[in-house]
Amino acid sequence: MKNNSRNEAVDVMVSMHQPEEATLKKYVIGFVGSLVLTFSAYLLTQYGAMNKPVMVIILAVLALSQFVLQLVYFLHVGKEFSPRLKLLVTIFMVMIVFILVAGSIWIMNNLNGRMMTHSNMVKYMNSQDGL
Amino acid sequence: MMHIFNLMASFWLGRLSLKALPPNPIQWFGASLIILVPGMIAVLLTVTKRWKWLYKEWITTQDPKKIGVMYILVAIGMLLRGGADVALIKTQQALSVGASHGILSASHFQQIVTAHGTIMIFFVAMGLMFGIINLIVPLQIGSRDVAFPFLNATSFWLFFFGMVLVNASLVLGDFAATGWLAYPPLSELRYSPTVGVDYWIWSLQIAGVGSLLAAINFIVTILKMRVKGMNFMKMPMFVWSVLGSMLLVAFAFPILTATLTLLALDRNLGMHFFTSGAGGNMMMYVNLIWAWGHPEVYILILPAFGVFSEVVATYSKKRLFGYTSMVWAIAAIVLLSFIVWLHHFFTMGAGSDVNAFFGIMTMIIAIPTGVKLFNWLFTMYRGKIRLDSPMLWFIGFVVIFTIGGMAGVLMAVPPIDFQLHNSLFLVAHFHMMIVGGVVFADFAAITYWFPKIFGFKLNETLGRWVFWLWLVGFLMSFIPLYILGFMGATRRLDHYSASLGWQQLFIVSGIGAALIGAGVGVQLLQFAYSIYKRKDNRDKTGDPWDGRSLEWSLPSPVPFYNFARLPEVSSRDAFWEAKKSRLKDRRKYEDIEIPKNTPLAFMIAALAFIFAFTVVWHIWWLAVIALLSIITLIIVRSMDEQTDYILKASEVEKLDSLYLKGAKL
Repeated sequence: MKNNSRNEAVDVMVSMHQPEEATLKKYVIGFVGSLVLTFSAYLLTQYGAMNKPVMVIILAVLALSQFVLQLVYFLHVGKEFSPRLKLLVTIFMVMIVFILVAGSIWIMNNLNGRMMTHSNMVKYMNSQDGL
Repeated sequence: MMHIFNLMASFWLGRLSLKALPPNPIQWFGASLIILVPGMIAVLLTVTKRWKWLYKEWITTQDPKKIGVMYILVAIGMLLRGGADVALIKTQQALSVGASHGILSASHFQQIVTAHGTIMIFFVAMGLMFGIINLIVPLQIGSRDVAFPFLNATSFWLFFFGMVLVNASLVLGDFAATGWLAYPPLSELRYSPTVGVDYWIWSLQIAGVGSLLAAINFIVTILKMRVKGMNFMKMPMFVWSVLGSMLLVAFAFPILTATLTLLALDRNLGMHFFTSGAGGNMMMYVNLIWAWGHPEVYILILPAFGVFSEVVATYSKKRLFGYTSMVWAIAAIVLLSFIVWLHHFFTMGAGSDVNAFFGIMTMIIAIPTGVKLFNWLFTMYRGKIRLDSPMLWFIGFVVIFTIGGMAGVLMAVPPIDFQLHNSLFLVAHFHMMIVGGVVFADFAAITYWFPKIFGFKLNETLGRWVFWLWLVGFLMSFIPLYILGFMGATRRLDHYSASLGWQQLFIVSGIGAALIGAGVGVQLLQFAYSIYKRKDNRDKTGDPWDGRSLEWSLPSPVPFYNFARLPEVSSRDAFWEAKKSRLKDRRKYEDIEIPKNTPLAFMIAALAFIFAFTVVWHIWWLAVIALLSIITLIIVRSMDEQTDYILKASEVEKLDSLYLKGAKL
C-alpha cells in the first residue's frame, strides 16, 4: 500500500480524477477568458468614452467575473472530494475579501472626505499671511 | 569613446559600479563580516571535505525535518545579525546627546533600524516559526511527510535567498532608510533614489512568496494527511494554531505581494499608485500594507500560543484545560485579526466613526487572547508542575505578554493613541508582544523538541542562565522605553537634546540590551556544550518529558520516514492515552513512498535571487534570462513523473528494529 494520503492531497489540488483532455480544456478556457477580461478592462480605461460611475461599475463587474472564472476553471470549485470543507473555506474567503474591500473603501472615502480640495487649499493659503 | 563605454556598462551592469561599495569604516566592517562568515564556512567545508555531504544531505533534501533545522539555523544566524544592529542602535542612542552625534550618520542609523525590523520579523520570527512547524506538524498529525515536499523545499530556499539579498545590501549599495514598512512618499523614487528600497522590496517579495507556498503546503497537510482517527477536535493544539496561522498567511500575504508590486511599478516604470501627483494616493499604501501587517502579527503569535499549549500541558502533567474554547479562540483571532488593521494608523486622519469602530474591534480581539491565557493558568492549577526551562519561558511570557498586551489595549483607544503613536511606548509594546510572545515561545519549543530531532537534550543549567539573562535584560531594556515614550521620545530617534534628560534611561535600556546579548552568547554556548556532551544527555526512550502527543511515540532522533507503522488515534493526547492503556501493537509494516532528493528547488530559488538582484540593479538582460529559466525549471520539474522511490516493508521493519535498539543511523 502506498502513502495514500499524499496522493489524495495532490488529487484535490490538480483534479487528477478528471480525464486529461478535459483538464487541459478547462485550463485553456480559464486562461483565455482571464486574458479577454483583463484586456477589455485595460482597453475600456484607455479608449472607452463614458462617464466615470458607469465605467467604475463595468470595471467592478469585469473584475468580479474574472474572480469567479478563476475559481471555477483554475481552482475547480464544485469538483472536490470534501465539498463541506471547501464550502467553509470559500465562505471564509468571500468574507475576508468583503471585509478588506468594503473596509478599504470606507476608510479611503472617509480620508478623502476630510481632505481639502485643491481649490479650497489655494483659497486657504491665500487667506493666510505669509503663505 | 567614453560615452559608448558608459552605454555598454549601463546595459551590462545597470546601476552597478564601484561606487556601490561601502563608503565608511563601520559599513566596511559590516560588509567584511558578511563576506567573512560564509567564507569561513566554505573553508571549513573544504577542509573537512563536506561539500558533497552538504549537497546530498541538505541542499537537495526534501525531508521536512532537515528543512526545519535549516530554517532554524538561518534564523539564529539572522538573530545575530539583527542583534548586531541593536548594538549599534543602542550605542548611538546612549551617546548621541546634545553636542555629541554618536557613532553613526543619520541616514546610516535609519538604514540600520530598517534592517533590524525587516530582518527580525521576516528572517528571525518567521524563520523560527516555519522551522518549528516543519519539524513538528507532520509528527504530531502522524504523517510521514508534508503534502507537497518539493514545494516545501522551494519555500525554504526562497526564504534563504531573500535573507541573502538583505545581507547583500551590506556589501553592494545601501538598504532602505525608510522604516521597516517603507511608507511612500519617502519610499518613492523621488525621495529614495538609491537601491535601498529596491533591496527591501525584492527580498520581501522572494521571502513572501516562499511563506505563501509554505502556508498552502501546511494547510493541505493538516487538512488531508492526518492519521486515521484524528478528527479536527482530536488534533494537538499546536496543529490547530498552525492551521489558523497558515490560513492567515494564505489570505494576508497576497496583499503584501500586490502592494510591493505596486510600489515597485511606481519606482521602476514611472507609475503613480502611491505618489501625491498624477492621481496616486500614499494613504492607500498605508491601508494596504497594514491589511497584511496586522494579520502578520497573529501569524507569528498563533504558533507561539500552540507551543505553549503543548509545553504547559506536558510540564503540568494534565490535559489542556478548555480545549474547545482554545479552538474557538483561535478561530475568533483568525477572523478578528482581519478587522483591526486601521489601529496602526489612527492618526492618518480618518473620522471618529472609523477610528471608533476599529478601536472597539481591537479591544474585542484581546478577549480570545485572554481566554487562552486563563486556559493555560487553569491547566497549571493543581497540576504536577515541573519548572524546567520551557516552563520558565512560559512564565516569563505570561508576565511580559500581559504587560505588553495591556499597553496594546490602552493604545486601542484612539485619543490615547494620538499621544503615543510612533513613540517609544509603541516600540516597547510591540517588542513585548513579538519577543516576549513569539521569541520566548520559539526558545521554549527549541528546548522542548530538541531531543526529538537530534536525539539528545540541551544542557538545562545553561538553559536557565539563558532564560534569566533574557528576562532581566529584556525588562531592563524595554520598561525604560515605556517611560521615554510617555516623555515624548519618538521611534527611530538618532539624536536628542541633552536638556530633555533622556540619556540615563537610554543607557539603562542599552545595558538591558547588552544582558540580552549575553543571553544569546550563553545560548550559543549551550548548543556547543550540549553537542560536546551529547553522549551524556542522550534521549534513549524517545519520550524524555513524559509527553502527550504522537511525536513522543517515535524514537529520538526521528527516522527519516517518521512512522515505521502508522498509528491510529481514538482520543486527544493520543500518546498519553496509549501509554496508560498499554495495548499491544498489532499494526503491520508497509511500503513507504519517499520523495527523491532533487537540486531543482534550490536552483529555482537561486534563480529567483538572481532575478531579484538584477532587478534591483536594473540589469534587465540577466533578469529576463533568470525569469525564463525559473519557468523552464518549473516545467522540467512538472514533467518528471518519478519523483518518489519506494522503501520496501521488509526494509522498514529492519530499520525500525535497529532504531528501537537505539542505533544511530
